[in-house]
Amino acid sequence: MEAVLFFGAALGALGGAIGVVAMRNPLYSVLALIVHLFALAVLFLLLSSAFVAAAQLVVYAGAVMVLYVFVVAYVGGGEESAWESIPGQQFLAPLLGVALFVELAIAVLASSLLALGTDGPHVSSGFGNPAAIGYLLLEKFLIPFEASSMLLMLAAVGAIVLAGRRPTGAASAGTPREREPAEAAPVGPTGDPA
Amino acid sequence: MSIEWYIVLSSLLFAVGAIGILIRRSPVVILLCLELMLNAGNLALVAFSRMVGNEQGQVFALVVMVVAACEVVVGLGLIVAIFRRKLPLDVDELRELRG
Repeated sequence: MEAVLFFGAALGALGGAIGVVAMRNPLYSVLALIVHLFALAVLFLLLSSAFVAAAQLVVYAGAVMVLYVFVVAYVGGGEESAWESIPGQQFLAPLLGVALFVELAIAVLASSLLALGTDGPHVSSGFGNPAAIGYLLLEKFLIPFEASSMLLMLAAVGAIVLAGRRPTGAASAGTPREREPAEAAPVGPTGDPA
Repeated sequence: MSIEWYIVLSSLLFAVGAIGILIRRSPVVILLCLELMLNAGNLALVAFSRMVGNEQGQVFALVVMVVAACEVVVGLGLIVAIFRRKLPLDVDELRELRG
């Protein structure tokens, strides 16, 4: 049963990832990434980390992907030109990617970590539940936790500065800034699990 | 399933993300491929946390998620800013900062 779930989720994750790379329309790429994220959440559940799986669904599928869909709808998915700045880029790049995978696989297979071949130690049913993660976040990793909340706030301010409609002259200085709430609103939900 | 499977899957996903960054030219898709790579790293972190039998790796994965969310927000902000200036959304044409 576990193997069936693993291979199903692994196929979903891999198919989603290949879909992101292969789809010509950016909107389909975003949809493929959503499939990929759902499959990854199943894998996280198989690794008995329920909180990370829930955070994955809420943060990515819930907030980040909505942001992506909005931006793709706003910018519009144009076709990419066939022009290559480096000759043979379309053939060289997959070759380099395969080389990277082979390198990583050699690193995993030749690793001296004996526990890699096992299912991991037996853990209690409370492993990875919100209480355990919350305890770790607020007791042991309090400073990284606060630093990440600071980072989220800085990112929100940065997004408003970057994408906000700035007055380009005295004439437009008094116009209502209707664009800013739209940019700032999706930032809020991403900060919840932190 | 042994932990090895998860690590190999994670490296496969990482390689697919890297290929995407190398062959695509739309900034939005490049950001999506960055997400793929970050998620592959997350999968490896969670798998190693299961291997050790300790939740600290999961906290690490959560911090990676926060960083990914920040990267998305700033990256999409940049894309919207580029679009507003009527510049082409193609990383090969946005080469002013290249040496």
